[in-house]
Amino acid sequence: MRRATFKGGIHPFDGKNLSKDKPMQVVLPKGDLVYPMAQHIGAPAKPVVAVGDQVLVGQVIGEASSFISANVCSSVSGKVKAIEKRLTVSGAMAECIVVENDNEYTTVEGFGTKRDYKKMTKEEIRQTVKDAGIVGMGGAGFPTNVKITPKNDNEIDFVIVNGAECEPYLTSDYRLMLEQSQKIIDGLKIVLSLFKNAKGYISIEDNKPEAIKALQELAAAEERIEVKVLKTKYPQGSERKIIYATCGRKINSKMLPSDAGCIVNNIATIIAIYNAVSESTPVIERVVTVTGDAVAEPGNFVVRTGTNYRELVDLAGGFVSEPEKIVCGGPMMGMALYTLDVPVTKTSSALLAMVKDPVAEAETSACIRCGRCVQACPSGLVPQKMMQAIKHNDLDMFEKIHGMECYECGSCTYVCPAKVQLTQAFKLARKTVMDNRRKAQNQ
Amino acid sequence: MADVIIALIPASAWGVYTFGWSAFYTIMACILTSVGAEFLYQKLMKKKATPYDLSAFLTGLLLALNLPAGTPWWLPIIGSLFAIIVVKQVYGGLGQNFMNPALGARVFLLISFATQMSTFTLDGVTGATPLALLREGTTTDLKDMFFGNIGGTIGEVSTLMLLIGAAYLLIKKVISWRIPVMYLGSFAIFIVLFGGHGCDINYLAAQLCGGGLMLGAFFMATDYVTSPITPMGQIIFGVVLGILTGIFRVFGGSAEGVSYAIIFSNLLVPLIEKVTIPMAFGKGRVKDGK
Repeated sequence: MRRATFKGGIHPFDGKNLSKDKPMQVVLPKGDLVYPMAQHIGAPAKPVVAVGDQVLVGQVIGEASSFISANVCSSVSGKVKAIEKRLTVSGAMAECIVVENDNEYTTVEGFGTKRDYKKMTKEEIRQTVKDAGIVGMGGAGFPTNVKITPKNDNEIDFVIVNGAECEPYLTSDYRLMLEQSQKIIDGLKIVLSLFKNAKGYISIEDNKPEAIKALQELAAAEERIEVKVLKTKYPQGSERKIIYATCGRKINSKMLPSDAGCIVNNIATIIAIYNAVSESTPVIERVVTVTGDAVAEPGNFVVRTGTNYRELVDLAGGFVSEPEKIVCGGPMMGMALYTLDVPVTKTSSALLAMVKDPVAEAETSACIRCGRCVQACPSGLVPQKMMQAIKHNDLDMFEKIHGMECYECGSCTYVCPAKVQLTQAFKLARKTVMDNRRKAQNQ
Repeated sequence: MADVIIALIPASAWGVYTFGWSAFYTIMACILTSVGAEFLYQKLMKKKATPYDLSAFLTGLLLALNLPAGTPWWLPIIGSLFAIIVVKQVYGGLGQNFMNPALGARVFLLISFATQMSTFTLDGVTGATPLALLREGTTTDLKDMFFGNIGGTIGEVSTLMLLIGAAYLLIKKVISWRIPVMYLGSFAIFIVLFGGHGCDINYLAAQLCGGGLMLGAFFMATDYVTSPITPMGQIIFGVVLGILTGIFRVFGGSAEGVSYAIIFSNLLVPLIEKVTIPMAFGKGRVKDGK
């Protein structure tokens, strides 16, 4: 069978062997739980509880404040200790609700009640997804109810479940595919029930044969669902690339997947949809891979949102030696942490601790225009020219040569023999361009 | 850089074997002057000295391979100084020069010291290069040209040795096929159409093997710094090179035109890149994925 893929991309060291055979382990938090109000793209949620209030498992404590926003639910029962600015994974301070765990885990009424999605209307399903605070759990955190509410339901041709997990070291989606494969199928069926003309695809990279086999067996019984085997390549799991590899359609930065007739959801997200609709459970936990050569016993842990990162390290047996770099998420697009005192959010996929930080040692030399960045760019861009435009302070040129189409996957920086920090420069340039646009609009 | 130097070892060794010690001295003079000039310039300008990036070494080697073996001792030195100081460092050093330094220096020497630059001796006998002979209507034995038993510059004479080096670069993916293949292909077509000999295989092969075309196509036109970075740009660049070399050889005043063609095309690179910025992913039609 021909393995679907795209042009460009790279093959970084994958490091998945550290944790890929470690079954998921359900763990409960020890310390206080911290819930940032901004765990998603869009407007932060608005706190609807006050200090001193008693909250229950599954209770909405932060309410979506606009169309693109998401609810935040408590993952434990206990007392609201504080509502204040706390440090989050991004390195910025953000408004957080702090809950003191009473270790009773008393749930809200109706929590965990089984439901049949076939008896629900489309509106009810969408409302349930919205209430449950589901966002893209692969990392971007786009509110899922917005994703599954396109302009016209009948124009959706493909519902894609993103099981690529192309980031090195990450194995949380892989474990979910093995251990909760039925939930993925059922979650996909729920989404498919919204779009009568759509075909369901579960797209998985070919370095996960067990996951492919497990889901293929289940999909065989389903008329509308098929498993698509993709070539292992980074960044296969990015939304634009997985759409192209799965159904041959291309979208750019100005389009949503629904503009190309596609709905894309991550593995963890599709399971969250199943949990919300069929089992009345909002997003209160997620699988986090704790790994890296500085970690004693790498593994995959099902933890409650709001759990402190420090507890994750304890779960994995602590550090074998002092890590030089700790990353939240994968090594390609994750964010480096300078403290472990940040909470797990809906989008935390991994904690990666490395003994050595090769990036810090790298010394930048002159660009000799070797063109490797051009070959590696999955978006068909010319990073060398974009960098030149930035160096000349020419952001118009940066935009003209499609700089805004960059989604910061890091492939160019990875292959650059001169160790030029391309992605970092593009990130800053894109932000500046967007800020300028906003300023121009407000004038 | 190291890979390109490795790839040039067969051709250099053949040059020394064919032309003797004088070739070796020329190569050494070029390399030492180039590296030394770069080092001194960087020290004087209080820039970071970068002898270990091997770029000056490579420039020296390439220049030497473009010189006749028995040149006076001062010629390689003047050439290397020109290459490093004027063509490279003045423009900002590695990655900033718009013209291949070795070729820039070669053309400078060709114009300034025409006699010394076009005196080719083989086995102690001064003679014309195969291309010069072709112009007069006589041909050289093709086997001699392929293996390198002819007069010419140190590095250009053995097509076989150059192809071995080129294969190494292609296999290691240091260079892509685009520029050399388009260059040689378009040049061959040009010669067939306008060379005046039609499809004469002997004439065509002599044109392809002679005049440093192989050296230029695989080792100098593919110079990262002075060739386009976009895939489409590289194809256009190769075609322009082929056509220019054809024009210079067929209609021009001198027998060979590779150096001039590459330098001239180097000047077109910014323009070529400007018009060949690729379409970003997803900017075309949506539903059929084009």
